[in-house]
Amino acid sequence: MLDADDKALLRSLQDDPALTAPELAALTHLTAAQVTRRVERLSEAGILMGQTALINWAALGYTVQVSLRITLDKTIARAFDDFLIAARLVPEVLEIQTFLGRVDVRLSLVAKDLAHYQTVYRNQVLNLPHIADIEALMTVSTVKSDRRLPL
Amino acid sequence: MSRDKIDYDILRQLSRDARQSASQLGRKLNLSQPATWRRIKRLREDGVLAGRQLVLDAEKLGFDVTVFLGIKLATKGRVSLEDFERAVTAIPEVQTVEHVLGLYDYRLRVVARDLADFERVLRRRIMTLPGVGDVEANVLLSEERRPGPLG
Repeated sequence: MLDADDKALLRSLQDDPALTAPELAALTHLTAAQVTRRVERLSEAGILMGQTALINWAALGYTVQVSLRITLDKTIARAFDDFLIAARLVPEVLEIQTFLGRVDVRLSLVAKDLAHYQTVYRNQVLNLPHIADIEALMTVSTVKSDRRLPL
Repeated sequence: MSRDKIDYDILRQLSRDARQSASQLGRKLNLSQPATWRRIKRLREDGVLAGRQLVLDAEKLGFDVTVFLGIKLATKGRVSLEDFERAVTAIPEVQTVEHVLGLYDYRLRVVARDLADFERVLRRRIMTLPGVGDVEANVLLSEERRPGPLG
């Protein structure tokens, strides 16, 4: 199980994933060698899965970000499987989530502008199988996005 | 600012593993270390590469429940959006906050240890936010992140 030092390390790394072992050692009471060992152990245990680059899609020219909330036709046994397989083939899709609740699936997608979004929506999204209902939420601004865990 | 395939390749590689050095990336993409470094530097300066994020296994850290909340403000105008945003971003269990257009005003991603813990966060922290009206909750069952337009 994790002890207080592991949690302190993960907290510091959540604040700044680029921190080196000596820098992490300076923030805790551990030595750099101890930091390295603990980080290795957390990785081996599958707790620390890696680091991902944050991409600012707007700066890359994808100014439209839309969250599509989809209800599927559950009278069809393979509705979820068929839908997910097809949704993975839409290149503009960034996230696919399934839910327990009023919404079955959510797709997060980006587009260059509204005209591009309309093309993607009409030609790709509406062709996905077994959709019973679909609602769109357009992102106006992202207020918080760090996805930090409250350790 | 136009981006070519090599820029997209670099972004795709770094979103898989942000710890790769310019020389490691260069070898994978058949590019010299200085050329790779210059491209990474430009992507950073242009704001496309917006930092790094630690990837943690939430379940292994004891966070078994993730819930997406759609929130409608009850008193738009009277309570300023800034007040709501300031209060909601301060909640440690709230991982992301998006201001959206559509059925809801805000979309939140919330983590909790279990459903009882989620109920506590919902009652004590979310329902007491300034101006909060309708709240819809969907419990996350599965999630996958796609490379999107990076291919």
